[in-house]
Amino acid sequence: MTLAADTFAYVADLVRQRSAISLEPGKEYLVESRLAPLARERGMDVDAYVRALRAQPRETELMGVVEALTTNETSWFRDQTPFMALSQHVVPALRAHLGRLDSLRVWSAACSTGQEPYSIAMVLEGTLDAGTALSITATDLSEQVLARARAGTYTQLEINRGLPAPMLVRHFQRAGAHWQVSDPLRKVVTFRRHNLLDPAPAGGPFDVVFLRNVLIYFDLAVKRAVLDRVLRAMRPGGYLVLGAAETTLGVHDGFERVEAGRACLHRAIGRPLTATLPTETARRLAGTIPHPLSAADRTRAAVPTFRGVAP
Amino acid sequence: MRALVIDDSRTMRRIVRATLAAFGYEVHEAEHGQAALDLLEGGLEVDLACVDWNMPVLDGLQFVTRVRANPLWRAVTLVMVTTESEHSQIVRALAAGAHEYVIKPFTADALREKLELLGLVPEPVAAGGVA
Repeated sequence: MTLAADTFAYVADLVRQRSAISLEPGKEYLVESRLAPLARERGMDVDAYVRALRAQPRETELMGVVEALTTNETSWFRDQTPFMALSQHVVPALRAHLGRLDSLRVWSAACSTGQEPYSIAMVLEGTLDAGTALSITATDLSEQVLARARAGTYTQLEINRGLPAPMLVRHFQRAGAHWQVSDPLRKVVTFRRHNLLDPAPAGGPFDVVFLRNVLIYFDLAVKRAVLDRVLRAMRPGGYLVLGAAETTLGVHDGFERVEAGRACLHRAIGRPLTATLPTETARRLAGTIPHPLSAADRTRAAVPTFRGVAP
Repeated sequence: MRALVIDDSRTMRRIVRATLAAFGYEVHEAEHGQAALDLLEGGLEVDLACVDWNMPVLDGLQFVTRVRANPLWRAVTLVMVTTESEHSQIVRALAAGAHEYVIKPFTADALREKLELLGLVPEPVAAGGVA
């Protein structure tokens, strides 16, 4: 079945408004495959479902559509190299830079169901000295995924995805058919709802920020604004970890590229743009993301909950 | 790269074989631990063994223990692929010398990620997922 052009246009527009994600022409297959389960639940095909939605747009249904298009499956230690870089490069470099590491504050942005922040916690548990106080702030736009992340309970299928068996037995207990993250690990991670276009979440200033596979979905102005927010939330000399296909080059010059083994990190060296260009950034933001929504909706709008796989 | 799939279920051997073959492995099969040991003693050299737990004649845990006891087979990476999913069983398998543990049912992506952890994916494989 081919998706009707107006179905695609409506969904792309909705997703752009709510998440700032651009669904370019050619992504019709993505809309169709992601919305098919929602449509099927109502006994319709995707075109009919979207027509019904347009005729009678309900807020929960609209959010469901946006979540279906912005949420991806995730795995533990995804891509591995960033986590190796964290223990082998970042921690030693910060320790050398600061003389001693009394505390380490990490922000895992767009953390989805929590595999990333818990993976960070597992790596750091084996890397940091007892004298270093670790706190990880993990944020996402979706309360739904945050509730799952906070619970720290995972299915067998989720546990199979990239979690080394020695880590599994060390940090998880069986809870019926599921697996539960241990209390010591849960204690270092604080989950908060957060929109990447809002000021940084509490818990900073951060020494390390994981912001992976998020920027690829944004246009240049939104990328720049998000990186600016991130830079403001970081301690000078801190490290930003992006997805393998992402860079700060040509987007924001407040970061320098640092090679760390097979990983590429971005060290916070500059000042936020908004200190010098408040009007321009504000105008860009305002022009990029139309806000026909209520104030309550606006706090929900922007930035995705997805991880990993590019649409 | 060469792998040995040890499972008393022919269907499961076929699934694991197909998954490993897609990663570029040459795959051999055995229906229980003793048959697998016979192959190794007969000179079959493998990089990887995917081992079920519950099998007749010689079970997976015994196979792992026997392989680890022989220095000639030190280079064989052992991955348990089993329905056994108790915390204590995973601890036992690791203590016996298994390197990784995959709980059935599993997806091709899950097996690939485990092999990546072990540096055992010889050919780049496109990530799975929706897109």
